[in-house]
Amino acid sequence: MSKRVGIEVSIALAEAVKLANVDVIAAYPITPQTHIVEHLSKVVADGEVDAEFVPVESEHGAMSCCCGSSAAGARTFTSSSSQGLLLMSEILFIPGPMRLPIVMAVVDRALSAPISIWNDHQDIMSQRDVGWIQTFAENGQEAFDLTLHAFRVAEDRRVSLPMMVNIDGFTLSHVVEAVELLSQEEVDQYLPPFKPRYRMDPRKPITMGPVGIPEVYSEAKVAHNEALKASRKVILQGWKEFADLFGRQYNPVETYRSEDAEVLLVTMGSISETAMTAIDTMREKGQKVGLIRIRLWRPFPGPEFRKAAGKAKMLAVVDRCLPPGAVCGPVGTELRSLFYKVPGAPKIFNFIAGLGGRDVTVERFEEMVDKARAFAKRRPKELYEVIGVREK
Amino acid sequence: MANTDAIVGWKTITFGCHVMEPGSSAKFRTGDWRSQRPVIDNEKCIKCGICWIYCPDMAISQTEDGFFEIDLEYCKGCGICAHECPKDAITIIPEEG
Repeated sequence: MSKRVGIEVSIALAEAVKLANVDVIAAYPITPQTHIVEHLSKVVADGEVDAEFVPVESEHGAMSCCCGSSAAGARTFTSSSSQGLLLMSEILFIPGPMRLPIVMAVVDRALSAPISIWNDHQDIMSQRDVGWIQTFAENGQEAFDLTLHAFRVAEDRRVSLPMMVNIDGFTLSHVVEAVELLSQEEVDQYLPPFKPRYRMDPRKPITMGPVGIPEVYSEAKVAHNEALKASRKVILQGWKEFADLFGRQYNPVETYRSEDAEVLLVTMGSISETAMTAIDTMREKGQKVGLIRIRLWRPFPGPEFRKAAGKAKMLAVVDRCLPPGAVCGPVGTELRSLFYKVPGAPKIFNFIAGLGGRDVTVERFEEMVDKARAFAKRRPKELYEVIGVREK
Repeated sequence: MANTDAIVGWKTITFGCHVMEPGSSAKFRTGDWRSQRPVIDNEKCIKCGICWIYCPDMAISQTEDGFFEIDLEYCKGCGICAHECPKDAITIIPEEG
């Protein structure tokens, strides 16, 4: 039977990895991911799970090790943040096309310079195109559930792709929340053993990761992209079966009080809970506002998002990342593309907020909604605005 | 190298672009890359085998009479054999055409 406990979210996520009966964990510690791998190294050392914990020399080594162990047919997990994720970057692009179902928890954190250990989404957005399935958790329960879902989906033979679960650094990773931890029997019911389609086996040697000369490179890249797009079906199925077994239903996007909303805030990750409080406050004042939260970021759930946007007139899209010199933030750009020339599409306004641990408060969300309304009447000079930044 | 024996599309390319048979690198005729070739002068050759040791593509083999021959299907024409030969028995000549 599952049990409801007060637990730090990092530890809950690590417990999900343990319950998934992981075979190999290769990780290098970095704030704010540390507690996840610390806890995993402890449960491995204590014999609570029969796994290899590889204390690698760097994140580059961590992801390389993960590629090797996954190719050998081992259920593989790692976790990183920020500069560590960037040090992995070279290898992050490799398991996707090679169809290696590694699962990773990314504990989102700002990037240097200046040095910041605090939360935003600049690290993961810089690695947006690594070709992994990417989900974003809002709270501790979701961090636990999405981690189990990630193993289930990634390793499904129809998918066989790496998958990452994003949780916000500190604001989610380090808070203690009430989380319903599933029992081993329950997890075993949901997550079958890993049976890869191909693996490195000296009795039946194959080559993984060969050179792709110009005659085959395009075909290999398209094959990977099509597999990523097609994973959508299995992602949804994985969530449906999770709901059938445990009663918690997850969707690619979630809405909150959006039915008759004129303005919809669009968020990802843990700030969505603050956004919901802001919406309640604004609703009390008679404002027709709601929320769309993106849980599945890659492959992007276009049809679900369009449906969720409904008949809203305006979207106030919140990005936790400032891409220097770009037209908009990454989420803003994505949604503007999605709605380009769609009849009756909402007007899209892009706000960049919460960089490097700056709190995004209820008042800030109200400010974004007010600005979206003002911008709808009078077009702003810029295509995005950085919220709460001082000029002098 | 990914298999290019047949023309493949993204739907027919192997899973993960894996090469499903072992030892397939021998199929990759690296000799195509060559713009120059080594020629061995057996009058000067002392059968020391240094060229055979140094060849990075294992494209040199010893014949029954103890001399060495170049497998031009794999020789890339790098010239290491000529450089290492203690008797200057190997000369590099340009490929014609």
